Amino acid sequence: MHDLLQREMSLSLFGIFTFWAVVMLVIVLGFVTYAIYFERKILGWMQSRIGPNRVGPLGLLQTVADILKLLMKEDTIPRKADRPFFILAPIIVYVPSFAVIATIPFAENLYNANLNVGILYYAALSSISTIGIVLGGWASNNKYALLGGMRSAAQMISYEIPLVISVVGIVMMSGSLNLHTIVSQQTGGFWNWNFLPQIVGFAVFIVAAISELNRTPFDLPEAESELVAGYHVEYSGFRFAFFMLAEYVYVFALSALATVLFLGGWDAPLPFLDFIPGIFWFILKFAFFVFFLIWIRGTLPRVRIDQLMGLGWKVLLPLALVNIIITAVYMEIVK
Amino acid sequence: MIRTEELVLNVGPQHPSTHGVFRVIVKLDGEVITEAIPVMGYLHRGTEKLAEDLSFTQIIPYTDRLDYVSAMTNNYALVNAVEKLMSIEVPERAQFLRLIVMELQRIASHLVWWGTYLLDIGAMSPFLFGFRDREMIINLFNELCGARLTYNYMRVGGVKWDAPEGWIDKVRQFVSYMKEKLEEYHSLVSGNEIFLARIKGVGKYDAETAINYGLSGANLRCTGVKRDLRKDEPYCIYDRFEFDVPVGTNGDCYDRYVIRMEEIRQSLRILEQAVEQFPEGGEIMGKVPRVLRPPVGEVYAGIESPRGEIGCYIVSNGKDKPYRLKFRRPSFVNLQILPKLLVGETMTNLVTILGGIDIVVGEVDA
Amino acid sequence: MSEENKEQKAPEAASETTEQTSAQTGEGSTPATEKKVPDNTDREAKAQRAAEARARAAAARAKKAGEDNNEPKPPSPKQPLLDRLVQLIKENVSEAAVEEAAINELDGHLPTVVVKNEYWFQCAQFLRDSEELRLNYLRNVSGVDYETHMEVVYHLQSLDTKQNYCVKVRTNREQPSVPSVTPVWATANWNEREIYDLFGIDFPGHPDLRRIMMPDDWVGHPLRKDYVPFDPEV
Repeated sequence: MHDLLQREMSLSLFGIFTFWAVVMLVIVLGFVTYAIYFERKILGWMQSRIGPNRVGPLGLLQTVADILKLLMKEDTIPRKADRPFFILAPIIVYVPSFAVIATIPFAENLYNANLNVGILYYAALSSISTIGIVLGGWASNNKYALLGGMRSAAQMISYEIPLVISVVGIVMMSGSLNLHTIVSQQTGGFWNWNFLPQIVGFAVFIVAAISELNRTPFDLPEAESELVAGYHVEYSGFRFAFFMLAEYVYVFALSALATVLFLGGWDAPLPFLDFIPGIFWFILKFAFFVFFLIWIRGTLPRVRIDQLMGLGWKVLLPLALVNIIITAVYMEIVK
Repeated sequence: MIRTEELVLNVGPQHPSTHGVFRVIVKLDGEVITEAIPVMGYLHRGTEKLAEDLSFTQIIPYTDRLDYVSAMTNNYALVNAVEKLMSIEVPERAQFLRLIVMELQRIASHLVWWGTYLLDIGAMSPFLFGFRDREMIINLFNELCGARLTYNYMRVGGVKWDAPEGWIDKVRQFVSYMKEKLEEYHSLVSGNEIFLARIKGVGKYDAETAINYGLSGANLRCTGVKRDLRKDEPYCIYDRFEFDVPVGTNGDCYDRYVIRMEEIRQSLRILEQAVEQFPEGGEIMGKVPRVLRPPVGEVYAGIESPRGEIGCYIVSNGKDKPYRLKFRRPSFVNLQILPKLLVGETMTNLVTILGGIDIVVGEVDA
Repeated sequence: MSEENKEQKAPEAASETTEQTSAQTGEGSTPATEKKVPDNTDREAKAQRAAEARARAAAARAKKAGEDNNEPKPPSPKQPLLDRLVQLIKENVSEAAVEEAAINELDGHLPTVVVKNEYWFQCAQFLRDSEELRLNYLRNVSGVDYETHMEVVYHLQSLDTKQNYCVKVRTNREQPSVPSVTPVWATANWNEREIYDLFGIDFPGHPDLRRIMMPDDWVGHPLRKDYVPFDPEV
């Protein structure tokens, strides 16, 4: 990939890039399919029941069946809805989620782009999805959707800030925004990984990440029992699938980012286990993070909107700032 | 200044959290409720009018469908009133069966409440745990009387079916199983900080308001008023068993939660004692005339259902059909405090408060 | 009481069997006396015996009732409570407020008073605020439609003294109206709305009297005895 990026742009190069982008898309979609399947299975096991087990062997084709169903549904648009925005909202939510995967390195030689400002790129693009959610809530011409959209805007803006600031400590330690550099600073075993020195940042990052993903305990925008599915209540069929797809692609992107930033990327936990290729370790840590998200979903109740705001601004943000100060002081002393 | 408008939102009648077909018209200012107007009657089936054409035994299936989550106590409300009116004595074994069945029903109803309340608050797993345990109770009832939800089990003067072989042992096993599970549920949910932050201090009212509004059950006991009809006006054979009546102090949703969980524990205690003292043999039906003709007169008999005081007011004119039959339904009366509690709360708390009152719409509408 | 039941049971059981057999032969209600077929002599005899047994039972009952009437009933244990209640109402509300006062023996000797319509609101306030009675808990409000008049029945309890009382208020059927006690006991709010909805009794003084169970545009009051459901197809 490295030398491909150095060459001059030509039609054949463009073709190669498109091909790899499609491959990436297929991988991501495959992940989404099985993330949904495993979520349902794991939640089922936690609730003393079996998850889906009918469609295909062990229920493995369940999500495929669900997606086919969604694709075959009637595409309803409420009469008084704002048509252009109604149609545009899911697209605005989905595109950035796929675009941020470009900058994440999966292994030493497996990456799509080597941006010098990797983290910044990620933070910037993921904020665009918020616009899509608010747009969807407004364009649906439905009071519940509007409430959901408003709540979501408030929530996502409030938690973007602790999310990014918690990462600043790592940037300071690694001296670069480039994700490759950050990973290479963590090689050599799990005691070098960033989650140990940056434990406060890690904690803030996890909480802010769950909130960014609109997952329980922070799933107010789509609170099933209060707002009857919030901002995507009027969407059905493929457009609804887009919203769900965007959420799971973000799970992919954010778990991958957490792995790269805090858990050492493709680094083996113990140095003598180096012979196993890095991509395997990446997938293992990534899978653990996704499992953790699903686990939290099955365990905790939902936080109320005013408590959510309180938590974001009064607890997470000061903690993240304190983390930066401690990191700065530590770096000064150690230097 | 930005011009703001009041938003009128309809919560229900189809809504996952209204516990049935029930509608609340809510006037919102941002996320804060300024006024709430409940609208009901979607499930009104005219039970009281129908009862005027049916003999008492025929009314019993209708009582099942009033509060369908705790059908046994409804059965008992009716047969108790008729037995009081006609001064009928119920045999020992029937009394025990009735008591065991009513306490099991209380546990089942509280499990449903627990599961759905937590589902409303956002935790989805306790719902399945609660229903798994309720399934065991329902299977016990299935063995006893053949039905899972609407039992039609009690008759004036006794019960219809006797406990089959080994049924009492199964009840004993269930009691010990449930005791463990209750501890598990407490450790899973009751200390969870998010949960506590959601329900502490929400929906508060004081004892005087509660008495004035005629609340009953856990809604009254959470304010500190110790009133439980099983102790205050003992019916069936409750006076032979030892149990405590949990009482709260603050009058908020958290107290109601703790009281209901504690009531499950106390019901298990009663069941343990009842299963030990269960008589070996005996009649399950007392001496009752073939055609039930109560004397001219009227009676009001109230009992403690899981939701509060369910009462039956019968006016009889000597015929075999009641002249007037009225059910005093606890959910109907308890729901009156909802508009008062909701003013100034957020939308999220609407769901928390409504769940805390524990209504069943079949009872609200009769 | 149980002997009577037994005797009642026996002839009724016999009559049940004759009715069953007559049903089996495919005939309707009354008995064997109508049949002229010679096969049914057994049945005729049975029916005659049943009728005789019934007559005997009725005679025995009448005799027993006659005996009972001769002994005066012992005074009810709640009679002093009832007298005190009537006295308090007469002193504090009005001499004429109480129409009737009785003990409802079937209902655990419940003291029952009938209060006049005009004095009901004052009486309700007095009952709740009185130091001695303190009836602060309104358990149940029901409407009853007797064909000559309508009644609203209130079951009250004091949570402090644990005493139960029953108060009835009568009203006529053409323009039924009972003063609302919602300002006194807030629980009466929806109960009175339900009675208004299903019986048509008006409650002046109620903050928001509208239909609660039936749809808002319903015509008629369903629980009345003379209610005819409006059916456009019939």
